[in-house]
Amino acid sequence: MREDLLPSEPPVQLISADGSAKTDETYAAPVPERLVDAYRALVRGRRINEQCNALVRQGRLAVYPSSHGQEACQVAAALVLADGDWLFPTYRDSVAVISRGVSPAEALVLLKGDWHSGYDPVRYRVAPQATPLATQLLHAVGVAHAAILRGEDTVVLALCGDGATSEGDFHEALNFAAVFGLPVVFFVQNNEFAISVPLARQTAAPSLAHKAIGYGIPGRRVDGNDVAALLAVLGEAVDRARAGGGPTLVEAHTYRMQAHTNADDDTRYRGRSEVKAWEDRDPLTRVRTHLRGSGALDDELEAEFAAEAETTASLLRDAMNTESELDPEDLFRFVHAERTPQLRDQWRLLQDELARAGEESR
Amino acid sequence: MSIVETTELTASAQEELPVLTMAGALNLALADAMDKDPSVLVFGEDVGTLGGVFRVTDGLTARFGEQRCFDTPLAESGIVGTAIGMAMNGMRPVVEMQFDAFAYPAFEQIVSHAAKMANRTRGTVRLPMVIRVPFGGGIGGVEHHCDSSEAYYAHTPGLTVVCPATPQDAYGLLRAAIDHPDPVIFLEPKKLYWGKAAVDTTVPAAIGHARVARSGTDVTLVAYGTSVGIALDAAAVAETEGRSVQVVDVRTLTPCDDATIFAAVRATGRAVVVAEAPGFASVASELSARIGEHCFSYLEAPVRRVTGFDVPFAPPKLEHHYLPDVDRVLDAIDSLHWAD
Repeated sequence: MREDLLPSEPPVQLISADGSAKTDETYAAPVPERLVDAYRALVRGRRINEQCNALVRQGRLAVYPSSHGQEACQVAAALVLADGDWLFPTYRDSVAVISRGVSPAEALVLLKGDWHSGYDPVRYRVAPQATPLATQLLHAVGVAHAAILRGEDTVVLALCGDGATSEGDFHEALNFAAVFGLPVVFFVQNNEFAISVPLARQTAAPSLAHKAIGYGIPGRRVDGNDVAALLAVLGEAVDRARAGGGPTLVEAHTYRMQAHTNADDDTRYRGRSEVKAWEDRDPLTRVRTHLRGSGALDDELEAEFAAEAETTASLLRDAMNTESELDPEDLFRFVHAERTPQLRDQWRLLQDELARAGEESR
Repeated sequence: MSIVETTELTASAQEELPVLTMAGALNLALADAMDKDPSVLVFGEDVGTLGGVFRVTDGLTARFGEQRCFDTPLAESGIVGTAIGMAMNGMRPVVEMQFDAFAYPAFEQIVSHAAKMANRTRGTVRLPMVIRVPFGGGIGGVEHHCDSSEAYYAHTPGLTVVCPATPQDAYGLLRAAIDHPDPVIFLEPKKLYWGKAAVDTTVPAAIGHARVARSGTDVTLVAYGTSVGIALDAAAVAETEGRSVQVVDVRTLTPCDDATIFAAVRATGRAVVVAEAPGFASVASELSARIGEHCFSYLEAPVRRVTGFDVPFAPPKLEHHYLPDVDRVLDAIDSLHWAD
């Protein structure tokens, strides 16, 4: 029995919900400067979530799956990676994508409806946000496998939710990564719900992290609202992967504070008292209390971070309130490297329609 | 080596072209591509030590090492999904689905990701990958080993679908597929794996081009894969009955070479499309519809289709009733409103 592969009970925590430091036998707390950086990103992440919700209400975004309450996971996923590493996000991970360096305007193109993805994945080393569940985990494994074959020390961090762990591709991805010993960190944000379906309907395992031992890889559980613990646990998994130690499954226990998207009504499947209870475990409040207590964070820094977050929100508003110039020819432009004769004909058909519509409106 | 010697070698090579099975031609194409480009990788189920259940990857692991040709866990979605990641990161993976119907677990990865990645990313991430699929019947195979699954792929924008009918095209088109910048579904007709012919590896093949396999003036048979041989056999019989039959080998199902097919049909005024997949909503239907739309004023008769029936592929002892054969093609030709 490989006891070392099993996750800890309870999940790793380095800052309690009340902001006090906790010691852990395995994981050291990040240095204060790193936590201040994380808090800065958290403030920005929370503001992005709020702004995007507002933009949906204003009809500027088609939909927004908010990571409100999960910002510590979002921020940590981006902060533990080196420049050459890859991030594989899902639709709920816009804050992680932006924290990785993608501009807010580019990151929200999918939800604005201008195109299916708005940023260059190779430039940012961020894959397009995946909408189907768990499919991106296999792409992450392939990128990691190619990196090994090319002699590169790239680490790939792949995000998914608790619901995605029920998909076949989750299994295939962990198994491939384990068999080939690939540098992948599988990071599950267990936020308790897959739209309306609770975790108990996804698994009978003691925890999602326990699944790791079935693949012969380490499984780790971490408090998903404790950014210090997340940085430590994910950072260790990234280091192990880079050193040739293979993949790790990290399960962060967190909570989706809002409905699945703005189109969802979560009052149909969960009580308000349950949601309310998680407010006391808010990922921003906790690290803020901790840093204020230690003196690493003061009014001046807080004002600076708030102003930065406002700048991001303002950029988002401007970008989403601007009607993009969309070119209908783009529909045909990228499907094949060389446009097929059939697509040339179909573009001519649409061009003709557009020309006639233009004449009629004159 | 001097230029003169090279020329002499080439000349003698042309005189003695190797005679290869289609499986052998595919094997040579993989080896030549791997030799030329270190980013070409081969992986799948049983493709390593065993050399593939059809031996198409025979010897590749021994020659190129386990990093270049390797067995994976038994999981088709995993094979295609990781190939997508490989292609995102600079590799040119060539993966094998062991049989047509065993590719279905990979369907989501193929249609939602391989096919859409370039479009989703506005061309910044193209996926140069080949998914080889041994396909079709006529080999006495049991259930789930004989599907003609081409319509699923041909219907999906973003995929290029190729199907050779000769060892020569198997070699040339697989090399072209590996060089292609976008995902290619490479359909290998199982029944043709062991048929032999001379292969000239110096003749390049291009995706998107049909081939007139036999000239004729009275009627055009449009076929691909195993059905090309059926069409050629039918043409030979028809000739003895006084009809001059032209045969077009489609070769690339998407993008379809409309120009060659339409020109061939317009020249004869009659057309029969032959394919062994169930006919409803099939590639044969699409070819028939395109010919009807674009060649209407040249046609002396409606376009006929000779296809498999709309039933699950037949068990081995009944497949001869299911598969299009020479008589069924000749009957279709006879029905084309002849004056005589």
